[in-house]
Amino acid sequence: MNAPSSLARTPGRHFRSERFDFGSFFFSGLTGLATVLILAILAVILGNILINGWSGLSWRFVSTIPKKDFFDPETTGVLPMIIGTAFRVFVMTIFVIPIGVITAIYLTEYAHTAALSTRIIRGAVNNLAGVPSIVFGLFGLGFFINFIGKNMDAILKSAGPTWSQPAVIWASLTLAVMTLPVVIVATEESLKAIPPGLREASLALGATKLETIIRIVLPQALPGIMTGGILAVSRAAGEVAPILFTGVAYYMASLPKSLTDQFMDLGYHVYVLSTQSPNIEQTRPILYATVLVLLLLTFALNFVAILIRAHVRKKLRALN
Amino acid sequence: MLEAKQSESKKTIGWMGIHRGHKARPLEWIAEKFIYLVSLSAIVMVFLIFLFVAREAFPIFLGRMDSALVQKVIPSSELNKLPREQLREYLGLTETQMAEMDQETLKSLMEIKEEAAKEIPDQFRNDKDASINTTKWKYLLLPYQWTGYSKPEFIWQPVGQIHKYNIIPLFVGSLKTTLIGLLFAVPLAVGAAIYVSQLARPTVREIVKPGIELLSGIPSVVVGFFALLIMATFLQTIFGYETRLNAFVAGIALGFAVVPIVFSISEDALTSVPRTYTHAALALGSSKWQAAWQIVLPAALPGVFAAVVLGFGRAIGETMIVLMVCSASVMSWSIFDSARSITTTIAAEMAEAVSGGHHYRTLFMLGSLLFAVTFLSNMAGEVIVQRFKRRLEGKRQ
Repeated sequence: MNAPSSLARTPGRHFRSERFDFGSFFFSGLTGLATVLILAILAVILGNILINGWSGLSWRFVSTIPKKDFFDPETTGVLPMIIGTAFRVFVMTIFVIPIGVITAIYLTEYAHTAALSTRIIRGAVNNLAGVPSIVFGLFGLGFFINFIGKNMDAILKSAGPTWSQPAVIWASLTLAVMTLPVVIVATEESLKAIPPGLREASLALGATKLETIIRIVLPQALPGIMTGGILAVSRAAGEVAPILFTGVAYYMASLPKSLTDQFMDLGYHVYVLSTQSPNIEQTRPILYATVLVLLLLTFALNFVAILIRAHVRKKLRALN
Repeated sequence: MLEAKQSESKKTIGWMGIHRGHKARPLEWIAEKFIYLVSLSAIVMVFLIFLFVAREAFPIFLGRMDSALVQKVIPSSELNKLPREQLREYLGLTETQMAEMDQETLKSLMEIKEEAAKEIPDQFRNDKDASINTTKWKYLLLPYQWTGYSKPEFIWQPVGQIHKYNIIPLFVGSLKTTLIGLLFAVPLAVGAAIYVSQLARPTVREIVKPGIELLSGIPSVVVGFFALLIMATFLQTIFGYETRLNAFVAGIALGFAVVPIVFSISEDALTSVPRTYTHAALALGSSKWQAAWQIVLPAALPGVFAAVVLGFGRAIGETMIVLMVCSASVMSWSIFDSARSITTTIAAEMAEAVSGGHHYRTLFMLGSLLFAVTFLSNMAGEVIVQRFKRRLEGKRQ
């Protein structure tokens, strides 16, 4: 009669997970610590830059074109760098978004997943995402400037090197090649999130496949396409290595006016300020402020992209 | 049965899946072909990158470049006695350039060469190193005892009169920083991935994932800046080594850049292991940790390995971080010495290299080697991930 209660009291009869297991506790804690450490690193980097950069940030700083000596905290500014970065990134989107979106449409709407050509395209996209940024820089120099640019100069008979030298257009094209996978992957994700029923309904009503894609699929995928574009922009805005040889200038007295001009750049300016400064203590405030401007720019974009993507993913999860 | 079905569906859908109705709707047909052609751009780009980076390095690969300081000089008076082909090679001209030139220009070119030879300082005239073509593979890869050195050494020193192009120190530098980065990042990222995907509540994931995305959104030039200004001093006070900027600092900073990629890929792999595995283990009385460590992790191991391989590719190709933190080229395996990686060398020296010269071409050669390394590691990572996914899907059925 009292057997069941004695059974419950015997420690050996308990499930193991109910006992305190030191090993499990310790190692779970270790992995938790790793997670916390990663977040702490993020917090320290961002916090440090925010705290130190905030005081240097002012309207004057953001809206001034610096004189030759941009290491002087009193007179310097970052307007040409902001405009240069925005310019090269804007030109990039003109090239990368159409190509990326069309590729994604092919991959999700037309291609066979198992076909060889599809697998090769996917392999190429993945590989493109893994090419080191400095190799893109070399590619821009070797292909766009030394090959396309030189031939354009020869064909257009331009006086002196107009196209065969570093310029906004070449930097933008190099970045467009680099960010192509970003746009493709994001667009594909959003295309997959569209319920197949929508396409089927459209086809059943007599629309052709192309009409369905243009009228039904693309409008639905717009948030995803925007995410891809924004992510590409934020990735490209912070990249320095690909533009080192393809268009960035150490100093320019005037703003870039045409596609064949060189430009100043925020990321490159951070590099210049932190490695070439004659007096690092004096430049520290403007260096921090410049980094903060760059971070705010990329993060504002990233943040918007993350929000849109979370929305798209939720839709995708609801579908499955 | 299944195969027959597949081949049948292939037939009806046709080539590229855009066969239907191309006679009835020519515009649609053209648009679909256009979409297909544009989608090939990624393949074209990878191909072009390979082609054009290697193209600039071809003379080095083929051994056609001559970087020797002292070269054989043919007096300009012998212009008419020389065979045309030999003259062309001597002046380093292409066939079309040669055809455009008259005798006078050729003669003046030869005179320029004579003048240049006269201007070489006397101290190098008798130096045995001055007549060495330093872009030969022997000098690129093997140690050599240069004049003034007591033993054969690996030296990358593309300045001064005799450019020394041994690429081994750069490879050592790249490997050193990359390995430190991976040693730092992999345990951290994989640990966090296990925690987030297996042990923590789902709400933790909602915080950590955007955090990791934010971390990967920090431009590498900002990470480099942070390492240079803050971390270098911080780590020096902790470890107390001598050189403030060294491979160790660069490696840890690289780790920051690698953490997001290793985390997200291994987290993906861990979550894609069927939950039934965990449930079975828990039902048999294991703890959550035991299920994660002994059941889920081994099942996801190929995916985690792929994450490490892809992280390696990312780390070895990272430029700005290493460029800002350390750059002196020394041949040393010590992690507290400075190191110059391949990427850094390209970024720092391209500006001063003469377009088309041997320095320029050697840098492109380094670029194509780097491209080859990352291409292979990416391919390997990709193949492992694909196989892993197929295996898991096979088990699910």
